[in-house]
Amino acid sequence: MTPALSFRNVWVEYGDHVVLEKVSLDVAPGAFVSIVGPSGAGKSTFLRLALGQEAPSRGEILLDGAPIPAEPGPDRGVVFQRYSVFPHMTVLQNVMFGARCDQAPFTGLLTGAARRQAKAEAEAILQQVGLSASLKAFPRALSGGMQQRLAIAQALITKPRILLLDEPFGALDPGVRLDMHELITGLWREHGLTILMVTHDIKEAFKLGTRVIAVDKRRHDPHAPHRYGSTAVYDFPLDDKLKTAIPREIAALAGAAEA
Amino acid sequence: MRRLLNARPRGGGRLLLGLLPIAILVLLYLVASEARHAENPRDKILPTPAAMAQSMEIMALQKDPRTGEIPLVADTRASLTRLGIAVGAAAATTLVLGLSIGLLPYARAGLGPLVATISVIPPIAVLPILFIVFGLGETAKIVLIFVGITPFMVRDLASHVAAIPEEQIVKAQTLGASTWLVALQVALPQAMPRLIDSVRFSLGPAWVFLISAEAIASNVGLGYRIFLVRRYLAMDIILPYVAWISLLAVIIDLALLTWSRTAFRWAHAPGGRR
Repeated sequence: MTPALSFRNVWVEYGDHVVLEKVSLDVAPGAFVSIVGPSGAGKSTFLRLALGQEAPSRGEILLDGAPIPAEPGPDRGVVFQRYSVFPHMTVLQNVMFGARCDQAPFTGLLTGAARRQAKAEAEAILQQVGLSASLKAFPRALSGGMQQRLAIAQALITKPRILLLDEPFGALDPGVRLDMHELITGLWREHGLTILMVTHDIKEAFKLGTRVIAVDKRRHDPHAPHRYGSTAVYDFPLDDKLKTAIPREIAALAGAAEA
Repeated sequence: MRRLLNARPRGGGRLLLGLLPIAILVLLYLVASEARHAENPRDKILPTPAAMAQSMEIMALQKDPRTGEIPLVADTRASLTRLGIAVGAAAATTLVLGLSIGLLPYARAGLGPLVATISVIPPIAVLPILFIVFGLGETAKIVLIFVGITPFMVRDLASHVAAIPEEQIVKAQTLGASTWLVALQVALPQAMPRLIDSVRFSLGPAWVFLISAEAIASNVGLGYRIFLVRRYLAMDIILPYVAWISLLAVIIDLALLTWSRTAFRWAHAPGGRR
């Protein structure tokens, strides 16, 4: 089976500063991959690469076996920690934006049957994320958790090949975060999504993921801290049994991240 | 005893407090005017309200036999037309340039330094150039206002558009938006309330440029009239004209604010700012 997303010997360097080195990994279709690691280890660089916001210095990134375009596109959906909904659109308009871009590339406005269909689809997905009661609200009137629900619904409407989550629940209260875990797990199963999630919450990574990848530097030169970049140092495929116990190496890494 | 910085005026008290300094100033004027008239009944420097009303009756209600028009109406129409065309053109230019510079790295690299350079030129200093190039007609006056306010507005809008979070722009692209659609559907609606604010702030300088240009070369307009009657020390006309200009400015400002609040409700906190 062709991997949904593959990194082939990817390096990211800014001059002498090596951020990622020799990253090679394949993400199977339908996988929920969590990426963890200490701050500054380059977790988010993974997502920026997959999004096309940044190009690797060496190596290549393939989406369904084809090199990814060097800019964001509708085949890759994204939910950021914050700011990923449009403040000037209502909840419904936010979710319909994907259809408007797709079907009305000049005006961005839909009319008649196309509009009715886009509206019905948007309402259906908003029902799934539990926002049916707030269709006409502007995002500023929503809580942080509701805004993230909206951002997820908005990303799912274009049926992306892979969904990229960048600390999606990092800014939420613990209780709300648990609700969001249920929501994203449910959506992942129901829509058969392939998800790549960056998080600093190690428990979250193990609870949600079918595979956890830890990113850190393999080597460290105290005199030249930027000489060596990060790579995938641990790669844990998880089945349900393993999900209960967090491996010691990862727990240690999490401790480092907390400190 | 509560700290002074925590004591807040409420309701009617607040209104009264706002009116108090204005009432004191008016009172001071009346007392001073009275005193001068007691000394010299023909005083022209601080005219009495009755004298101002009498002069304004001539300016605002009677046709000028030479032009066949009411002077105040003709002056107001001429000035507002100049102001309207100039500010409208400035806003349109700002929208196009501000969105381009704010969104497109190539436009920023190409146009940013030019706009920054033009914005430091004092507009009144180029007024002679404008008179030479465009003659003494309407064009030079309109261009003066345009040149005076546009660079500031463009820079303000460009920085506002550039400050739209990167996340939003990337998100729009992952939903399939082209450069055009990001500009039209994401940046433009978010730029509009800021543009309206920017127009509101620019109207002050715009009036300054308008009245300067009218004072130097014109035959009709609010600024022309004030500088014309100055030769006769006609404070009884100048003061009501200044009050009229202020009233026009306040009305335009309130109209723009109301437009922004109704058309861009999402940009204003519920219940309005402050």
